[in-house]
Amino acid sequence: MAQHQVNYTQDGGLPVALTTIDKVVNWGRSNSLWALTYGLACCGIEMMASGASRYDFDRFGTIFRASPRQADVLIIAGTLTKKHAEFIKRLYDQMTEPRWVISMGSCANTGGMFNTYATVQGADRIVPVDLYLPGCAPRPETLQYGVMLLQKKIRSEKAIKAQKPKRLL
Amino acid sequence: MRRYVPKDDVQKKAYYTDRYWVAPQVPKAKVSSDKVFAEDLKAIKAAFKVFDAYIQVEQMVIYIRPEDNFGVLELMKNKLDYTQLSEMSAVDFLADRGEFDIFYQMLSMKKRKRIRVKCAIKKEEAIESVEKLFRSADWSEREMYDMFGIKVNNHPFFKRILMPDDWEGHPLLKTYPLHGDEFAAWYEVDKIFGKEARDIIGPEIRDDAAVDRYDTKRFARLGHEVPYGADISKGEPAVKTEYQEDDGVFLIERFEKDSSTVITDRDR
Repeated sequence: MAQHQVNYTQDGGLPVALTTIDKVVNWGRSNSLWALTYGLACCGIEMMASGASRYDFDRFGTIFRASPRQADVLIIAGTLTKKHAEFIKRLYDQMTEPRWVISMGSCANTGGMFNTYATVQGADRIVPVDLYLPGCAPRPETLQYGVMLLQKKIRSEKAIKAQKPKRLL
Repeated sequence: MRRYVPKDDVQKKAYYTDRYWVAPQVPKAKVSSDKVFAEDLKAIKAAFKVFDAYIQVEQMVIYIRPEDNFGVLELMKNKLDYTQLSEMSAVDFLADRGEFDIFYQMLSMKKRKRIRVKCAIKKEEAIESVEKLFRSADWSEREMYDMFGIKVNNHPFFKRILMPDDWEGHPLLKTYPLHGDEFAAWYEVDKIFGKEARDIIGPEIRDDAAVDRYDTKRFARLGHEVPYGADISKGEPAVKTEYQEDDGVFLIERFEKDSSTVITDRDR
């Protein structure tokens, strides 16, 4: 008898796991959230730290990609200036559905301390934001927690659904 | 470009000013007190008109006619060994005198001296570029135009440097509001979505003291997340730390500390 015999009658059936499409798809999506390499200001440093070995985003399946066409998550890490606003919109438009946006830090959330003529007062004026992370700058733990929250949100969604028209799109 | 409208009250004024306050002045010394500066000034005065000259914080400051700027800097670079233009820009004195002060900060590594060359120009006047003498003036003059709207003649690549090319207004003018004028407030909305999107997006929230503790449409407390728009005036429940394996996620199992073995004896 072979040493590694497969017992097809064990556990009451075949070596098959039964689940729903939603669960499988959301499992895949939530555990491979590829983020766009997109550090705008000092929050970008914390984002890099999150991706590096100490905090190690790879174990969440979050790998930073250099192209918006390969990315699922746009982490707006830093101050969004008015000059740059059109570029973030262009990058967001290039991402494929489904896509999510994390606004990281006070500047991206509300403009933060830059209450001036040159700063966009909240990145949600340009792109729809799923998650706002407080802090100036947020610690990598906050970003990790944010990604975990986003995973949770993705798992609670229906995997296949009509794309809800997001604001202004 | 839009017409220039003086807006004197756009910056918040101090609510109390001392009538008898005299701003402290940095002491000025005569140019004759420094031999090197005295000779430099003599050489400049021989060729150009100098309105005023004095030494302040060990630097000589001279006031020249704006049309002489290229000539003075050329003389200083080629004859007087002031080979570096470390800085140049302008100061807005439009409210006081109706003119800008343009300054050129010159450095001589050989003499170990610095001279600040200043000239005043009216609002509509342009100044000659010194980019042919100092490459560092290239970006400085563009910045000066960007921030003050001062035109520079014979510049090789004359356009804005910091603000977007289609920006209206010059932000470092004292009449420019800190939060931006209407063009600045709607710049990104107008450019990306068009003017008709203004109503949908709404005006910017510029009140940095505005805090709504119970606003769940814009923010949530970390660890106390509630659904969008939920009423939390009665308090919100703490969210228990959840793990994705709790929901029974495909292929992922929870690490159980109780049913695992903890090795304490390292030499076992």
